Amino acid sequence: MAKITIEDLKKIKERVHAETALRDGHLRVKVTVHMGTCGIASGAKEVMDALLKEIEEAGVTDVAITTSGCMGLCSREPLVTVEILNQDPIKYEYMNSNKMRQVFKRHILEGEIQNPFVLARGAETQK
Amino acid sequence: MLELALHILDIAENSTRAGARHVYIHLNEDREHDLLNLEITDDGVGMDKESLAKAVDPFYTTKKVRRVGLGLPMLAQAAEMTGGELILTSEPGKGTRLKVTFGLGHIDRQPLGDAAGVMVTLIAGNPDIDFTYCHDHGDQSYLLSTEEIKKEIEDVPINHVEVLKYIRNHIAEGLKEIGSEA
Repeated sequence: MAKITIEDLKKIKERVHAETALRDGHLRVKVTVHMGTCGIASGAKEVMDALLKEIEEAGVTDVAITTSGCMGLCSREPLVTVEILNQDPIKYEYMNSNKMRQVFKRHILEGEIQNPFVLARGAETQK
Repeated sequence: MLELALHILDIAENSTRAGARHVYIHLNEDREHDLLNLEITDDGVGMDKESLAKAVDPFYTTKKVRRVGLGLPMLAQAAEMTGGELILTSEPGKGTRLKVTFGLGHIDRQPLGDAAGVMVTLIAGNPDIDFTYCHDHGDQSYLLSTEEIKKEIEDVPINHVEVLKYIRNHIAEGLKEIGSEA
């Protein structure tokens, strides 16, 4: 493998500029991976890795990723919240990389909620 | 938690929630003294003396949603198992500094694990916060600064998938280059 240099960043910048010029760059989906101690201990980082890899492979640019803390449901971690624009957020429980890939392909890309993994619909009331 | 990288992720997430603008992560593999030093410094809200004294108590937490706070106690345990220790210092309004030492060659020392993945997770989840990751091995050193990357990529967001991929490869390659054995 060629050595990674600062030049690679410049190339990325140019490529991203060329891509975004074609689109309006709006975000359609926000995915939150809960990264409290409980989430991390039960595999939230692997879930995050799987999600990033899926986004990279699908080449989508309208999905934003973020992390959040523990919301008190430690026994159901790893938790992932998927918020599609103008829709109720969906919270998935007991996630792993396989389930994350399925949720990405079916729910995030195709809009089909993966009911067997759903913990709840609606926004968090406390954090 | 069985990897030091996951502990780093956990502690750095605390820093982000403390309102830090900059989180500095420093690892030092000190072969000479058979020590692995980890230092995480942030410029968040900090803690007063009272909270600081209770921070490593597993039954102390500032959160209202549960009654335990296991992040720091688990890291302290991981350090103590290898003959090391965890030292926490903080000043309200200034920030918090965590210093952890491990016995580098101790059989119970947890492996470093996926440091690159952890940094990518931190940066993806907290694009507005600047992270510095510094890793020393003997006289060789690796450094990643999101501040510098942001300067290069200008208006491209740091949490863009391409940039995250670059960061992941940069760390993996950098650690290999300095011959990290942690």
